[in-house]
Amino acid sequence: MLSFDGLVAVCVLYVLMLFGIAFLAEKRAAEGKARWLNSPITYTLSLSIYTTAWTFYGAVGSAVRTGLEFLTIYLGPTLIFIGWFWLLRKMVRIGRAQRITSIADMISSRYGKSGALAALVTLLSVLGATPYIALQLQSVTLSFSVFASPGAFGTPDAEQTAIWVAAGLALFTIIFGTRSLDVNERHPGLVSAIALEAIVKLTAILTVGIFVVWGVADGPADMLARIEASPVSQASWNGARWLGLTVLAATAILCLPRMFQVLVVENSDERHLATAAWAFPLYLLLISLFVVPIAVVGLEIFGTSGNPDLFVLTVPLSMGQQGLALLVFLGGFSAATSMVIVAALALSTMLSNHIIMPLWLRLTRHDDPMSGDMRRVALMARRLSIGGVLFLGYGYYRLSGGADALADIGLIAFLGVAQILPALLGGILWRGATRIGAALGIGSGFAIWAWLLLIPNVAETGGLITPVLEAGPFGIGWLSPATPLGLQATDPLLTAMILSLGVNTLLFILGSLLSFPSPLERLQGAQFVNVYDHSRPLYGWQGAVGMADDLLIMAQRILGAGRAGRLFQAAAETQGRPGTLPDLTPDFLQRLEREMAGSVGAATAHAMVAQIIGGASVSVRDLLAVADETAQIMEYSSQLEAKSTELAQTAARLREANAKLTELSRQKDAFLGQISHELRTPMTSIRAFSEILMQADPVDDAARARFSRIIHDESLRLTRLLDDLLDLAVLEHGRVTLHEGETSLGDVLDRAIRSAGAQVGTEQLAIRRDPAAEAVTLWTDADRLAQVFINLISNAQKYCDADRPELTISVQQRPGRVEVEFADNGSGIPTRQRALIFEKFARADTAKGAPGAGLGLAISREIMARLGGGLSYIPSDSGVRFRVRLPARALRAA
Amino acid sequence: MGGRILLIEDEGNILEAITFILSRAGWEVQGHGNGATALDAVRRVAPDMVVLDVMLPGRSGLDILRDLRADAATADLPILMLTARGQAKDRETALELGATGYLTKPFSNADLVATIDRLAADPAGHARGAG
Repeated sequence: MLSFDGLVAVCVLYVLMLFGIAFLAEKRAAEGKARWLNSPITYTLSLSIYTTAWTFYGAVGSAVRTGLEFLTIYLGPTLIFIGWFWLLRKMVRIGRAQRITSIADMISSRYGKSGALAALVTLLSVLGATPYIALQLQSVTLSFSVFASPGAFGTPDAEQTAIWVAAGLALFTIIFGTRSLDVNERHPGLVSAIALEAIVKLTAILTVGIFVVWGVADGPADMLARIEASPVSQASWNGARWLGLTVLAATAILCLPRMFQVLVVENSDERHLATAAWAFPLYLLLISLFVVPIAVVGLEIFGTSGNPDLFVLTVPLSMGQQGLALLVFLGGFSAATSMVIVAALALSTMLSNHIIMPLWLRLTRHDDPMSGDMRRVALMARRLSIGGVLFLGYGYYRLSGGADALADIGLIAFLGVAQILPALLGGILWRGATRIGAALGIGSGFAIWAWLLLIPNVAETGGLITPVLEAGPFGIGWLSPATPLGLQATDPLLTAMILSLGVNTLLFILGSLLSFPSPLERLQGAQFVNVYDHSRPLYGWQGAVGMADDLLIMAQRILGAGRAGRLFQAAAETQGRPGTLPDLTPDFLQRLEREMAGSVGAATAHAMVAQIIGGASVSVRDLLAVADETAQIMEYSSQLEAKSTELAQTAARLREANAKLTELSRQKDAFLGQISHELRTPMTSIRAFSEILMQADPVDDAARARFSRIIHDESLRLTRLLDDLLDLAVLEHGRVTLHEGETSLGDVLDRAIRSAGAQVGTEQLAIRRDPAAEAVTLWTDADRLAQVFINLISNAQKYCDADRPELTISVQQRPGRVEVEFADNGSGIPTRQRALIFEKFARADTAKGAPGAGLGLAISREIMARLGGGLSYIPSDSGVRFRVRLPARALRAA
Repeated sequence: MGGRILLIEDEGNILEAITFILSRAGWEVQGHGNGATALDAVRRVAPDMVVLDVMLPGRSGLDILRDLRADAATADLPILMLTARGQAKDRETALELGATGYLTKPFSNADLVATIDRLAADPAGHARGAG
């Protein structure tokens, strides 16, 4: 016999080879070169994790005990792959379209992203898988102990072997299962390794079979004769059990988390499924081909004393075939490890996504679940989960150390995960299925299964609560797992299966019919049931030139032709590919997404790339993220809009200002024209008469006196005009120094009347006053106020056309102000001219006597504004009325 | 030289000065101070020449000029425009409207007389006003 040391060395070498293969595959995949990874054969081989150590070793044992019953385990999947291919294809399509990461995610996604449902499925899966993992550990340690003789490491210690195997598997899974949180959750290295293991186990079992048929027996004919004579062929046929086990196996291939992982999650091309539809049943056929011959020969050699579960190993060993036995050992090792690795990976994904992360999020109240920190946490959760799952398996193995019947544990585990089936099928095929129905179904089935099978199995092996189980809780007999509903079950598995799946399905349907789906459930229901309407098939992520074209077109639209072209070209050059289109490696796709994210946001970029690459329909989560980004973009564009409105307003204001300036400029021209006219007119007289006087041709004395007088008057007029202009300019634009002081309104009026009288002289204007009312003390610039009064009085002198011109000056005290009104008894100002009276150079046509420049009222109004009061024209039927308003502060001393 | 000149000017002093100057130069001068009734005055007086101020109360001198040119009876009448606004644009406008001559106030008496004499000698109206 091979020494234990040698065996350990072989195992270590084998594992190192697996590491190498996996590492190489990862590297090639990252470079986009691993064509074999994207082949349907690799996919089919990876599906072979279905045949675990249980079937590798246990099928022969099963054949010894129950004849051909082991075939049911292969029959179920075969029927599914051939007959229900459409269902598998739909699952794969949904998985890709919704970017499903596990069976729990599938159920939860379908039923409105229910976290509780996902947790329930995860729990069920972990409970179902734990005995299964224990089974694998047991088979490895068992094969170790059978195979190896004591070596330098001492005798093979079953517990130690198991713990080392578990640790090694955990390490492998962590390294190749959690290298990164890949978008598509694919693990090329891991898949390559299990594909290789599939070849090893098939080769091993075929070699043993050939050895048995042609080495031990004399070919097929002799073999058939030996089978005829063997007790194996005498095994009784139990139709119900056959049917039940076939259905169970068929269910398992759909519901087992690890099968879902390789079947759906690791699928890179939908067309691979078509190959697997015949190749996988063929694989199962080949691996089961020699089960019966090995069982028959084993019985011949060992009789009933040997452990039939190990005949595959013990038969070659007993014939001295050390090399063959080693191959078988590696086959069994492969079967066990590949199952454990994928199961641990699938379960860790579920545990971290649906139990650990939600709890962590709830406990830490992280605001930003998309941060990089979160990814590290997720990876760590996944790694811890892998360790935890394997530790659970190891713990169960320790507890159930004595159980020999491997096949039974496997079947119990199958039935556990089978509880997912009604919700899964219903979810895919029936839009009416609801979360309530799914929860009720899975929950009830799970409870029944646990009570009837799981707990008794644990109790049996651990001897914990056996009495309670046998008598039923509280002595209620029909609740006892041994006699459920009072039935004396001949086959506990079958009974439990019918009861659990029956109740499960019934409650699922009833619950669905009686509850209403949420909007999200309705949406997801439609997405699942009508998945072909919403998605495109996935044809691998490598080498699809058309896809690269599509991507380039899209990238050009987002990034602009130049930038997109350069990005693609650079990637193609880095990959060493001719032309401008690179292979669509994950690296490149990530880079492209990052580049695009700068323009359209990360979620949108991801959805767009996924749409083209994955043929994925966009998930609700994606849609929400996209909506978020769109909202931001809309916000941005509304800001732009606001800016452009602002610009338009500014432009309008500028136009307005420009129009104002133009108008001002026009007014300035008009004003200059007016000033020019006002200055040139007296100067024309002065020049003309002075030239007449200067001429040699003399004029008479009367004319000379008259002309001199005109020249003199016109000079005064010019001076007055200049004074007024300067006055107005200062009032309008300059700083006016007001000499405010205490004075009396009556005094100011006296001064004004004296000045006006002195100015005009000849014309007589009767002025009526009310001295009592004028006794108001003012605080103001008396000179300026007098100037205003003078102007108003002289206007009356000039324009009042009454026969006996009269000006009434009245004073009224109002709250906070004093009003002085100047009213004459003339015919007033014609209506059409009223609007113009305060304009510069405006003069009434009725001017008589010495004309002013028409600046008086404009100046007066400016003065009153400076004094804080006002000057207004009061429309009236009789005569001209002006009102001077003095502000409150002018009354300070009053 | 000689003939009848109608002087339309609202400023009394200027009216008096021009009347005095042109009378001395041998013209018979009729004065009129209102723009609104200027056309009637032209018809009534039937002058050999019109001296027309631009800024008149009631009606602008330019409007009066336009009307005089539109009327066949006065289309060729020599018209000397006087203006105190002194802007080149006004001069152009006046000449375009058919003014025969153009003088800017204040002017020298000699210029006034010379311009009037020239317009009288060349009634076709090759407008060459001074300043």
